[in-house]
Amino acid sequence: MSTKKTDRFESWSMVLRPKKSLFEVNLMELWQYRDLISMFVKRDFVAKFKQTILGPLWFIIQPLLTTLMFVVVFGNIAGIPTDGIPQVLFYMTGIVGWNYFSTCLNDTSQTFIKNASIFGKVYFPRLAMPVSIVISNLVSFIIQFIFLLGFLVYFILKGTDVMPGIEVLLIPFLVLLIAGLGLGFGIIISSLTTKYRDLVHLVTFGVTLWMYATPIIYPMSEIPEKYKAYVMANPMTPIVETFKTALLGVGTVNYMSLLYSLGFTLALLAIGILIFNKVERTFMDTV
Amino acid sequence: MSDVVIKFEDVSKQYRLGVVGTGTLSHDLNRFFAKIAGKEDPTKKVGVSNKLNVRDGDYVWALRDINFSLNDGEVLGVVGKNGAGKSTLLKLLSRVTAPTTGEIKVKGRIASLLEVGTGFHPELTGKENIYLNGAILGMTKREIKSKFDEIVEFSGVSKYVDTPVKRYSSGMYVRLAFAVAAHLEPEILIVDEVLAVGDAEFQKKAIGKMQSVSKSGRTVLFVSHNLTAVEQLCTKGILLQNGTLKMEGPIHDITSAYKKASVNENELKRSGTRHVEIRNYQMLNSLGQAIEEVFLGDNFYVDASFAAREAADYTDFTLDIRNDANEFIGHVTNADDLFEIKNLAKDELRRVRVEVKDMSFAPGTYYISLWLGNKYGTFDYIENCIRFTIKQGDQFIRRPFPFDKRAKTVLRSNWKEI
Repeated sequence: MSTKKTDRFESWSMVLRPKKSLFEVNLMELWQYRDLISMFVKRDFVAKFKQTILGPLWFIIQPLLTTLMFVVVFGNIAGIPTDGIPQVLFYMTGIVGWNYFSTCLNDTSQTFIKNASIFGKVYFPRLAMPVSIVISNLVSFIIQFIFLLGFLVYFILKGTDVMPGIEVLLIPFLVLLIAGLGLGFGIIISSLTTKYRDLVHLVTFGVTLWMYATPIIYPMSEIPEKYKAYVMANPMTPIVETFKTALLGVGTVNYMSLLYSLGFTLALLAIGILIFNKVERTFMDTV
Repeated sequence: MSDVVIKFEDVSKQYRLGVVGTGTLSHDLNRFFAKIAGKEDPTKKVGVSNKLNVRDGDYVWALRDINFSLNDGEVLGVVGKNGAGKSTLLKLLSRVTAPTTGEIKVKGRIASLLEVGTGFHPELTGKENIYLNGAILGMTKREIKSKFDEIVEFSGVSKYVDTPVKRYSSGMYVRLAFAVAAHLEPEILIVDEVLAVGDAEFQKKAIGKMQSVSKSGRTVLFVSHNLTAVEQLCTKGILLQNGTLKMEGPIHDITSAYKKASVNENELKRSGTRHVEIRNYQMLNSLGQAIEEVFLGDNFYVDASFAAREAADYTDFTLDIRNDANEFIGHVTNADDLFEIKNLAKDELRRVRVEVKDMSFAPGTYYISLWLGNKYGTFDYIENCIRFTIKQGDQFIRRPFPFDKRAKTVLRSNWKEI
């Protein structure tokens, strides 16, 4: 009898301690809060287009205008070649892929600062916030992707020499990699911004600069040999290249460099989650 | 059969004050090197006083060595002045931030009403916000669905459930938010000052909900400055002072200790030029005895003496009476009785006695502030320096049941059949 009572006394459902060990990450808890994540996704979606005239059309307008701009500036004024692919398709493929990455990174990098007021009042796994951002951006990516497919079909019917290859099967995997990279960088930056705000300013233009280091507006084949190693060190390069190969059927997939991107993403995510996890416990004291 | 559901063991919380900027990196390095060298953290001094206004370098202890435990079904009132550590304690418990040292052990789900309406999005409808807010507070979609009708009914906004909450009045907003939180069915409920919002009818609902939560064997932590509400709702209390646990026990012991502390132990807030200075003051009954208690309908006296440190043409003398929620309830001044205090010579001592008639404030605790001054300014103003309680008695109120505590004054009435 007495042992039973002791047992009951010891069966705490939660013990709050000062400092969690660095590797004590509770991803199960995140799963328990999956309803919350889906509510956040829904909220983002609804709130974004309330009181806008065009609503979800904005998803399409943005890549469309960017593509037009790129065609004019890089294609016609600067005259950068596009590997024989229609400029519209070439740029739009790159932009749609890159957009997903940059929105994930930009939005998640402000997790702590933007949500300080919620985080200051209730507890839920903080990771739910960036994860929900990545998912709601995925929704807009899918809409843009379908739009892109429409263009692709149009060009194929017109008899242009582009043909999606068997590599399209890789696309879900590529999307996961993009999401992982965006999330990984985003949560690392958001963790650091709780202490050093300067990073906020760095991120917005840093991402823009990063795009020029990725083969979005130029094909890999145009890069001078001496820069190639640097461009390939960019984990986004193999992903974007494979994305283009899969949809437009140019070049071949370099599985080694894709593997590099995978390794990079996994390592980044692991580091990101560890740092995020450490910061989330006490960030309210420093923000 | 009661079971310990919350246990604080040597819990402390340290905050760093000031701007987190240039100093931070060097502090971080400082700490880091000390750690490597195996020395004690230089930024963390142990065993010194933790008054909030005594800065320990740039660090401050918001809580020091808190130990207490709470059984299921108990309603704990957390009492203390601003800055005593009440909110920090609740923040630790609701996992918003982690303790610096010590452990908090918890059994069961905690829901906090630290501030209701957390995560409400103005563009979403009432219905969407119920789901969102419920999920933030830890409910699953199915749980919310099963309680949805109940929540809407409790909030009383059923007509507007498909309207974006940005079109709600602030009262509706708060009611809806509270309704969601109230239907969480947690084992432990944390409530912080929420009852200050919403109208009287809603407050009654909210209090009823809290009571039913505690009756069903669950535990409630309640923080409020409204001592009447605390006394009504809580069974047990803790008194926090400057981050330490001053006292733990039955709620009435705690609140009376707190009231006493707020008059005696703290310095009275005093201001003015002191050209004329209040020396002594005392509250008396009609027999001339010093009292701290008045029955409804009684007259009482306040004797005061004041000294003119400089000559003054005239001065007025007023009594401000506030209740324990710091609401200004009554005002008495010599001018109303056409009584004048004139031609004070330097170093002259004057004494006055004021009779206050037919006390008709609701039973409760009250504080009198004394003011001495004239139209040119304040000579001397001592805030809340006399504390007294008003008891129901049987002169004004003859009903056999207690006076409704929400009313602030008592009106006398005569009744006859016509």
